[in-house]
Amino acid sequence: MSALLGIIHRDLLLVMRRKSEVLTALFFFVIVTSLFPLGIGADGALLRKIAPGVIWVAALLSTLLGLQRIFSADYADGTLEQMVLSPQPFVLLVAGKIAAHWLVCGLPLVILAPIIGIQFDMDAGSLHVLILALLLGTPVLSLIGSIGAALTLGVRGGSVLMSLIVLPLYIPVLIFGAGAVYANTVGLDVSGHFSLLGALLILALAFVPWVSAVAVKIAIE
Amino acid sequence: MTCIRGQRELFQGLSFGISGGECLHVCGENGVGKTSLLRLLSGLSRPEMGEVLWGGKSIVSDSASYRHQLLYMGHRDALKEDLTSLENLEMYAVLDDVALSQENALATLWRFGLRGREDLPVSCLSAGQKRRVLMARMITRRAKIWILDEPFNALDSKAVQVLQELIEEHVDAGGIVILTSHQALAIKGLKVLKL
Amino acid sequence: MSQKNTLSNKHFINWFRLSSPMTFYPLAGKLIPIFWVLAFLFGVAGLWVSFFVAPIDAVQGQGYRIIFIHVPTSWMSMFIYIVMAVWAGLGLVLNTRLSSMMAQALAPIGAWMAFMSLWTGAFWGKPMWGAWWVWDARLTSELILLFLYLGFIALQASIDNPRRADKAGAVLVLVGVVNVPIIYFSVKWWNTLHQGASISMTKAPAMAQTMLWGMLLMALALWMYSIAVALMRVRVIILERESHADWVRQLSEVQS
Repeated sequence: MSALLGIIHRDLLLVMRRKSEVLTALFFFVIVTSLFPLGIGADGALLRKIAPGVIWVAALLSTLLGLQRIFSADYADGTLEQMVLSPQPFVLLVAGKIAAHWLVCGLPLVILAPIIGIQFDMDAGSLHVLILALLLGTPVLSLIGSIGAALTLGVRGGSVLMSLIVLPLYIPVLIFGAGAVYANTVGLDVSGHFSLLGALLILALAFVPWVSAVAVKIAIE
Repeated sequence: MTCIRGQRELFQGLSFGISGGECLHVCGENGVGKTSLLRLLSGLSRPEMGEVLWGGKSIVSDSASYRHQLLYMGHRDALKEDLTSLENLEMYAVLDDVALSQENALATLWRFGLRGREDLPVSCLSAGQKRRVLMARMITRRAKIWILDEPFNALDSKAVQVLQELIEEHVDAGGIVILTSHQALAIKGLKVLKL
Repeated sequence: MSQKNTLSNKHFINWFRLSSPMTFYPLAGKLIPIFWVLAFLFGVAGLWVSFFVAPIDAVQGQGYRIIFIHVPTSWMSMFIYIVMAVWAGLGLVLNTRLSSMMAQALAPIGAWMAFMSLWTGAFWGKPMWGAWWVWDARLTSELILLFLYLGFIALQASIDNPRRADKAGAVLVLVGVVNVPIIYFSVKWWNTLHQGASISMTKAPAMAQTMLWGMLLMALALWMYSIAVALMRVRVIILERESHADWVRQLSEVQS
């Protein structure tokens, strides 16, 4: 357990020392969401309708951007190798890295989203649902994305390849997450969406750290 | 300690053993497979055929206890450039599952001539100084087996001396050292394996 | 050095012997023509049933016959993905090169099937619903399956070390195979949420017996075709990857 916290502490410390990398991913989120009204037009009703989808897609893309760093920095300077050889269970260390990634890339999205939502003229009820859905969904994005990041470690063109691999796997989260907000706006029941999101989260938490650990070991071999 | 047989691409039918209090120097030309052999021994990669045994048991089946006693140092420095040398040591203590007090860490760093530089980010240190931080880790790690890939790179003659003494100390205390190096080594009781 | 090509007792095949590329190569070579013949036979039967025996549909007229290619290719794209996952999983767990080579050989065939399914779906949809593409649950899932195939192929193509490519691809396809039901379910959910399922290709008219037969025969034809092409591809892959081995250098194809 202390290893888990130790890794999270280490990764957060590293982010603090180099804040710009993280902030760029967040700015990306804001910029991308602003592109849609510019491209589609500022019609209030239309914006309100596309808001959940736009915010969720932007969240997916920003998470992907942040995922490029999750293993690659440690892989490049040799510390990832040391982690694989550590007496601590490697699955725990991987879980720690994913948790740190979520704290740095996912949680800020949850905090920023309502602000973007207001730009899209979403009402308070929808904003609540959006925040909750993102809170459940962004950890799943970090988890699933880590598999793609691990598989493409050190590969030429790895970042684009990672997106190609990971985005199809993100689709269920996108559907349930954006669907929850949409359902709320048309007055449908959202509990189904949330239970599905929750189920995805539990499944991902249970299996993904182990899969990512295997993928990293394959890359290190 | 071990017994390896065969890895088709680089070498085949390789088999040897090593026990406590011995130091093995693996030598050969570039590209012959020294690093691959060391990575096999550390468990990072698996041999195509054959296995590595520690205390009679395969390192794959009992990997946790093997990793507890193993220190592997590869080509790259494996230090986080943005953290200070002290923070790096403490981070490794967590990873290596050893208790390390701050006084202990500082004392070790000072032993290797890093007094006054413990709070600098590693990126500010010279290549030789970074290697000294790694030597500090070799002490704080307290591992029985050391597998070192080209540990004498980027070291000046004084540091080479220090490292050789460190290795001798470790071997005298019953530890095992397996290393590769292009240099001639002046370590007592050295066994040589030519690939 | 004479090449051992033992299939002496046809009823008992030593599976572990078969997992060596050296033994499998000639065996595959012998099997390929058999599967081509089967594919041809089933194909002829299937096309005959599709075009001449199955009745004209009351609502859709003659144009619906493209369903006899669309549905079997859909089935095959899904089936091949699962078979690929099985081979890749075996390669990962048992550390056999040949299993991973089979997975590598199957991927482009499956991708091609998915692609054909999407095209034929478009050709079906245009006269029926006036649109080249509808965001129907099945078509959308098929599209995502194509992405999964492409991701696998791209991943294997980008990794230089063949063993690492095998294992990484295996992890990816196993993760994919677990996700496919989840993706399909989520797409269906999405469809009902947004469109109320006004257009659905799954709500096809009640199938006449003959239509089903036509589809089954075409599916079998595609299956035999896939096996034939897979065996051909895996032979090429074996030659490429084992090119350093003595037995490859002594083959007549390589020496000529």
